[in-house]
Amino acid sequence: MRNRGVLPGFGPALGFSLAYLCLIVLIPLSATFIKAAGLSWQAFWETTTTPRVLASYRLTFGASLLAALINAFFGLVVAWVLVRYRFPGKRMVDALVDLPFALPTAVAGITLASLYAPNGWLGSLLAPYGIKVAYTPLGIVIALIFIGLPFVVRTVEPVLQELEQELEEAAASLGASRWQTFYRVLLPAIMPALITGFTMAFARAIGEYGSVIFIAGNMPMVSEITPVLIVGRLEQYDYAGATAIAVVMMVISFILLLVINLFQAWRARRELRGSV
Amino acid sequence: MATIAAAIVADSPRRVTEEGPWVRGLLLAIALGFMALFLWLPVSLVFTEALRKGVGIYLAAITEPDALAAIRLTLLAAAIAVPLNLIFGLTAAWAIARFDFPGKGMLVTLIDLPFAISPVIAGLIYVLMFGAQGWFGPWLAEHDIKIIFAVPGIVLATIFVTFPFIARELIPLMQAQGKDEEEAAILLGASGWQMFWRVSLPNIRWGLLYGVILCTARGLGEFGAVSVVSGHIRGLTNTLPLHVEILYNEYNGVAAFACASLLTLLALVMLAAKTFVQWRIDHPGNRV
Repeated sequence: MRNRGVLPGFGPALGFSLAYLCLIVLIPLSATFIKAAGLSWQAFWETTTTPRVLASYRLTFGASLLAALINAFFGLVVAWVLVRYRFPGKRMVDALVDLPFALPTAVAGITLASLYAPNGWLGSLLAPYGIKVAYTPLGIVIALIFIGLPFVVRTVEPVLQELEQELEEAAASLGASRWQTFYRVLLPAIMPALITGFTMAFARAIGEYGSVIFIAGNMPMVSEITPVLIVGRLEQYDYAGATAIAVVMMVISFILLLVINLFQAWRARRELRGSV
Repeated sequence: MATIAAAIVADSPRRVTEEGPWVRGLLLAIALGFMALFLWLPVSLVFTEALRKGVGIYLAAITEPDALAAIRLTLLAAAIAVPLNLIFGLTAAWAIARFDFPGKGMLVTLIDLPFAISPVIAGLIYVLMFGAQGWFGPWLAEHDIKIIFAVPGIVLATIFVTFPFIARELIPLMQAQGKDEEEAAILLGASGWQMFWRVSLPNIRWGLLYGVILCTARGLGEFGAVSVVSGHIRGLTNTLPLHVEILYNEYNGVAAFACASLLTLLALVMLAAKTFVQWRIDHPGNRV
C-alpha cells in the first residue's frame, strides 16, 4: 500500500468492489460452470446438440445477425441525419433513439406483437400480401431490430461528429464525387465504430428474451429462441439441461465480448500511432 | 418530408461537403421513417390500447390491488438495487481511476460481464445458488429462508442486470478528470471524507446522475432475469413487467397495456432526465 500517492481509500475501495463483484457476479456465474462440469461429457454433448436445441441456436444467432446487419445500415443513416442535417424536432428525435434502452422489454414485446398480429395496425396491412410477421421468425427479427437500434446510432454518432470537414473538402477539391468521398474517405473512418456498434447490437440480441417471446410464438424447431428453451427446461426442473445450454450460450457471448475488447484495443493503438 | 427537404435546399447554396437535395431528402425520409415505424408507432399503440375502453377502466386497471402490489415491488427492487450499485460504482471507479494495480484491465472487463449475459441466464445462476436444488438450498430450507420465488431473489436479479451501469459511467469520467484536485485537497489538510464530499462528488455529480438514471430505468423494467426467479405469485412476487405479461397472456389486453403505459411513461421520464443531464455534461459552464 506504500507509494500509492497521497490519496486515501485504495484498500477499502478495491476491497469492497472486489467483494461485491464476487458475491453478485463471479460466484453465482461460476455455479453454472460447476453445475455443467457435473455432467459427463457425453450427457453435456447430448443435451446441447439435440435437433431442437440446434434449431434454436440457428434461429437465435441467425435472427440476431440479420437484425444487427439491418441496424448497422439504418443506424448509420439515422446517425448521419442526426449529426449532419438540421430539421424541426431534431432534439426530440435524438432523445427518442434511446427509447429501446429505457422501455421495459416486456412492454416492447406486447406492443410489437399487437402491432404485427394479423389484426394489428401493421399486421392487417401486410396480411393481404400474405406476409406474416407475428409468430414467425420474421417477428423475432423485428423485435431484435427494436432493441438493437440505439447501440449502432450511439457508437457511430460521436465519430461522425469528430470527423474533420477538411478531409471531405480535400476529397471534393481533388475531384471526387460526393458518393466517392463518402465511400472512400468517410466510410473507412466510420467503419470501426460501425463494427463496434454492430457487435454490441448482435451480442445484446443473442441474449434477448422479454421483447421476443410475445411476438415469436415460441414454436419448437420454428420460432423458439435459445433463452426460451432454457426457461422451458427450468420450468420442468431440468436444471442440468438448462445449465448446459446456458453454458454454451455464455461461452459464445464471452468470445464475442473478448473480440469487441480486442478490436477496440487494436483500434485505440492504431489511432495512437496515427496521431504521432 | 418534401417540405423539409425544400426548406433545407432553400437554406443556402450547396457546398461541396453536402449532398444534393434529393439525397438529403431521401436520407431524412429513410431515417425518420425507420424511427417512426420502430419507435413512435409502438409508443402510440401502448397509449391507444390502454385507453381503448375509456379512462375509467384504465384507472381501475392500474389501481387494482395486484397492480399496486406489483408497482410497490418494482419500486422496492429498484430502491435496493440502485443504491448498492451506486456504492459499488463509486468504490470501483475510485480504485480504478485513482490508483494503479495489477489486473486493473481485467477488473474493468469483469465489471461489464453482466451486459454480455442473457437475462435468463442471470436468473438461472441465482436459482442454481439458492434454489431448492441449489448449493445453499438445503441450508436455506432448514432455516426457513426463501430467496428464489421470493422478494430477495427478485432484488438479486435486479442488482445483477443493473450492476455495470454506474461504474462504467464513472470510470472513464474520473480517469479523464485526473486526480490533481483531490491530491491538492489532501495536501492542504482535508480528510478523506471532506475531499470526497467537497471535491470528488461535485466534480462527478452529473456523470453519477446519468449512471443512476440508466441503472434505474433498467432496474424498473427488467423482465427476463426477474421472471426466472419470481415464481409469478400474484400480489407477492410479481413485478410490474411480470404483471403485464400475465395480463397479456390472459387476453386482458386493455389492463396489460394500462400497466404497460405506466412503464412507458416512466421510460419517457427517464429519457427526458437523461437528455437534460447529458446537456448539463456537454455545457458545464451554464449554471441554472
